[in-house]
Amino acid sequence: MSMNEREPVTRPSVSQIGASAPSGATEATSASSTNPALLLENVSCWYGGFRAVRDVSLAIPRNKVTALIGPSGCGKSTLLRSINRMNDLVPGFRMEGEIAFEGTSVHARATDVIDLRRRVGMVFQKPNPFPKSIFENVAFGLRLLGETTNLHGLVEESLRAAALWDEVKDKLDQPGLSLSGGQQQRLCIARAIAIRPDVILMDEPCSALDPKSTLQIEELMRKLIRDYTIVIVTHNMQQAARASDYTVFLTMGDDRAGYVVEQGETGKIFTAPQQQLTADYVSGRFG
Amino acid sequence: MAGVSTAHRPDSAAATRRGEALIEFLLRASAAIGIITTVGIVTVLLVEAIFFFGEVSPVDFFTGTRWSASILPYAFGVIPLITSTLMIAFIALVLAVPLGVLAAVWMSEFASQRVRSIIKPVLEILAGIPTIVYGFFAITVITPLLKATILPDLGTFSALSAGIVVGILVLPLVASLTEDALRAVPRGLREGSYALGATRWETVRRVLLPAALSGIAAAVILAMSRAVGETMAVVLAAGTNPQLTLNPTESVQTMTAFIVQISLGDTPTESIQFKALFAVGATLFAITFTLNLISAWLVARYRNVYE
Amino acid sequence: MSTQTTTRRKVANALFGLLAFLAIFASLITLVALLIDVVVRGGSSVDLQFFTSAPSRIPAKAGILPALVGTLWVTTLVAIMTFPIGVAAAIYLEEYAGRGRWSRLLRINISNLAGVPSIVYGIFGLALFVRLLGLGRTVFAAALTLSLLILPVVIISSMEAIRAVPPSQREAAYALGATRWQMVRRALLPAAAPGILTGIVLAVGRAVGETAPLILIGAVTFVTFVPVNPFEDKYTVLPIQIFNWAGRPQAAFQEISAAAILVLLVLMFLLNLVAVILRARLSRTIQW
Repeated sequence: MSMNEREPVTRPSVSQIGASAPSGATEATSASSTNPALLLENVSCWYGGFRAVRDVSLAIPRNKVTALIGPSGCGKSTLLRSINRMNDLVPGFRMEGEIAFEGTSVHARATDVIDLRRRVGMVFQKPNPFPKSIFENVAFGLRLLGETTNLHGLVEESLRAAALWDEVKDKLDQPGLSLSGGQQQRLCIARAIAIRPDVILMDEPCSALDPKSTLQIEELMRKLIRDYTIVIVTHNMQQAARASDYTVFLTMGDDRAGYVVEQGETGKIFTAPQQQLTADYVSGRFG
Repeated sequence: MAGVSTAHRPDSAAATRRGEALIEFLLRASAAIGIITTVGIVTVLLVEAIFFFGEVSPVDFFTGTRWSASILPYAFGVIPLITSTLMIAFIALVLAVPLGVLAAVWMSEFASQRVRSIIKPVLEILAGIPTIVYGFFAITVITPLLKATILPDLGTFSALSAGIVVGILVLPLVASLTEDALRAVPRGLREGSYALGATRWETVRRVLLPAALSGIAAAVILAMSRAVGETMAVVLAAGTNPQLTLNPTESVQTMTAFIVQISLGDTPTESIQFKALFAVGATLFAITFTLNLISAWLVARYRNVYE
Repeated sequence: MSTQTTTRRKVANALFGLLAFLAIFASLITLVALLIDVVVRGGSSVDLQFFTSAPSRIPAKAGILPALVGTLWVTTLVAIMTFPIGVAAAIYLEEYAGRGRWSRLLRINISNLAGVPSIVYGIFGLALFVRLLGLGRTVFAAALTLSLLILPVVIISSMEAIRAVPPSQREAAYALGATRWQMVRRALLPAAAPGILTGIVLAVGRAVGETAPLILIGAVTFVTFVPVNPFEDKYTVLPIQIFNWAGRPQAAFQEISAAAILVLLVLMFLLNLVAVILRARLSRTIQW
C-alpha cells in the first residue's frame, strides 16, 4: 500500500479523547479530556541523516495507560525516549516538532532537563537496578533531591505502591541484584515513583520477564494510574489490549521512518479499527 | 501523597550548572596532565640535547664509532651504545619470540581451561618481577650456568647473559600480546580448517599464524621497545664497557647503562658527561617512541580487519 | 590420502604440541629457579636484625631499615598522588570527552606515555623536579617522578573499569534526574570501584620495584639513617639497596642482596594479594 493510496490519518482533536471514556477507567474527569499530560505535535526524529520517526502527533491522556504498539523498528522507543530527553545522550540525535509537558515545551532552552526527568520517569526494557541495596536503589532519586529526613518512610511507600514491600521488607539491605527478574523490575518501578513523577514512561518493561511477572506488572500499572500517567511501549498486543486505556498504532513507512497510523480508545482499536493496516496488525497478519 | 521535601528547584539549576562546569574543568585538567607530561619530556630532552650538540657535533655523535665519556681523550660517537643495545635486544627477542609465540599458541589452541588458569598467572608473575631481580638472577645464575656449561671463558659481564635475562623478562609480553592477536582471529577460520581435516598444528601454521601476523609483529616490536629501554638487568649483567663489538660474550654498555653510570657518579651538572646523558636519553626516547608507534599502528590494522 | 602422509602429519602435530608445551614448561622452570635461587641464597639472612639495621660495610651487620622506610614513604606518597588524578583523568576521558579528534589525541597520548621507558621518566624527573623546581634529591621528588611513571597505567586501567559498567546503569541514573557528575559520583564510580582500586594497587606495586628512575633523581646508595622529612632528607629505597649490594663481588653481599630481594618480592606479593581481595570483596554485590 503506497502513501498515496492510504486514507488520511485521523488526528484526534483534544476533545475526542475524553469523549469516548474507556470502560476500565477509574476516573474520567473533564480535566483529563481537555488537559492531556503530554502533547506531541509533528514530532520527527533523526539519528544523523536517518529519520526514525515522521510527523507524529499525539495527545497522552492524564491518569491513563497509553500503549504505543507496532512492529519492531518503527520508532516507538525513539519517540518514548524523546519525551524525557534520554535521546540527548545519543550523539547525532535531532528532533523537530513540539513535545509539551504541562504546557511547556520539553526542548525549550529554559527547560531544565534534570527537572524534566524528575517529573517524567522511565522504566527500561531490561531491569537495571544499581549494584546497591534494595533500600539504596529506591532512595537514589530521593538522595539526589537532597531528601534526608523522611527517607525510610518514602522508600516504604514507594515499595508498597510497587507491590514489592511485603517481599523485601525484611531484607532491605540485600543487594537489589539478588532479586528475581520480575522483582527487579518492580524495584525499578519503585525507584522511579519514589520521586513522585507525573508521568511514567515504560519501554517494553515486561519483555525480559516471565508471564507471571508480566501479569503482576500489568496489574500494578492499573493501580498506578490513580496517581500517575503511564505511557508504555509494547510489542505484545495482548498486553496492550489487556492493560491499556488508549492505544497508538505506529508502523514503518517506505522511508523506514515510523509514523502514526491510528490512535484511539483501546477497545475500538482492537475490535473496530478504522485503518486496514491497523486491522492487519492487530489480527496478526504482519509484524 | 506525601511530599518530597525539595520538589522543584529552578533557582538552584544555575548553581548546579556552575558546579558541574567547575567539576568538568578539574577533570579536564587531570586529563591534560598527560599532554603536559609528553610535551615536558620532549622539551627537556630536546633542549638539553641541543646544549650537548653545541659542544659535540651531531654528525660525530650519530656516526662516531668510539664512545669514551669518562676517560680522556673524550669521544662521543653513540654507535657502540646503540649496537650494544640492539645486540642485547636481538638476543632477547631470539629467546622470547619463538618461546612466547609457542606458549601463546599452546594456551590459545591446545590447553584446557584448567591448565590455562595455571599458566596465565605464572606468566603474569614473571611479568611483574622487578627488573633488578632479573639483573641479580643474571649474575648469580645465568652467567655461572653459561660458564659451567658452554662458555667456560665467559667474563663476569656479557651481552649474552643480559640478553638471556631480558628475553625472559619480555617473554610474558610477547605471549600475552600474541594471545590477544590469536583470539581476534574469528572462530570461523579455525572451524573451516578443521572441517577440511587439518591437524591442529596445520591449522596453526597455515591459517592462524598468517591471520594473526600483524598482531604478532606488533607484539615483537613492542617487546623490542621494552628490551631497548631496559636498564637494571643490563647494568648488572652486561657491565659498562662501551666497546663497539658484535661478540655477545663481551662486556658492553647500553644506552641505558651509560645513563645510569653518569647518574651514579659525582658528575657535575654542567659537565659534558652530564649533557651527554640527556643526548643519549633523547636518542633512546626517539627509538622507543618510534617502535611503539609502529606497534600501535600494526595493532590498529589488525583490529580493523576483524572488528 | 596415503596412510603414510597421514601418519607423518599426526606426528608433526604431536611434535608441535610437545614443543609448545616445553616452551610453557621452560617459563615455569625459570620462575621456579629464580625463586629458589633467591630463597636459598638469601633466606637465612632475613631476621629481625636485618629489618632493623642500617647498611654497613660488614655484610653480617647490614640491614634494610632506611631502604624499607624510604620505600614505604615513596609508595604511600605515590598512591596518594596518583589516585585522584588518575581516576579524574579516566572519568574525563570516558564520560566527558567526546569521541572527537582532541579526545582521541589525549587517549593516544596516554597510551604512548605508558610505553616510555622508566629511565626516561627518571631523566625528566631529574630535570623538572630536582633541578628546575629545586626540590632536590628528596622523597617528594621521587614520589612525583614515580607518580608520573605509573599515572598512564592507572588512567588506562581506570578507564577500562569505567567502560565495563553497562550503559544501562548510566541511563537509570539520568532517568531519575541526575546531572552528569551526580551520575558519575553516585552510580558509576561505586560500580567501577573494584576495578579502579585493583588497578591502582597493581600500579603502585609496579612503582615499588622501580630502580632506574630513582637512581636518576638522586636516591643515594649508601644511607645509614632513616628519612623523616620527605621534603628535605636524603633517602634510599629497597631496589637501590639491592642494586648496591648485588654489584659487590663478595658472596656475603650477594646473600644480603638476595635477602633484600625476598623482602621486596614479599612486599609486592602482599600488594597483589590486597588487589585480589579488594576485587573479590567489592565485586560481590556486582553481577551484571
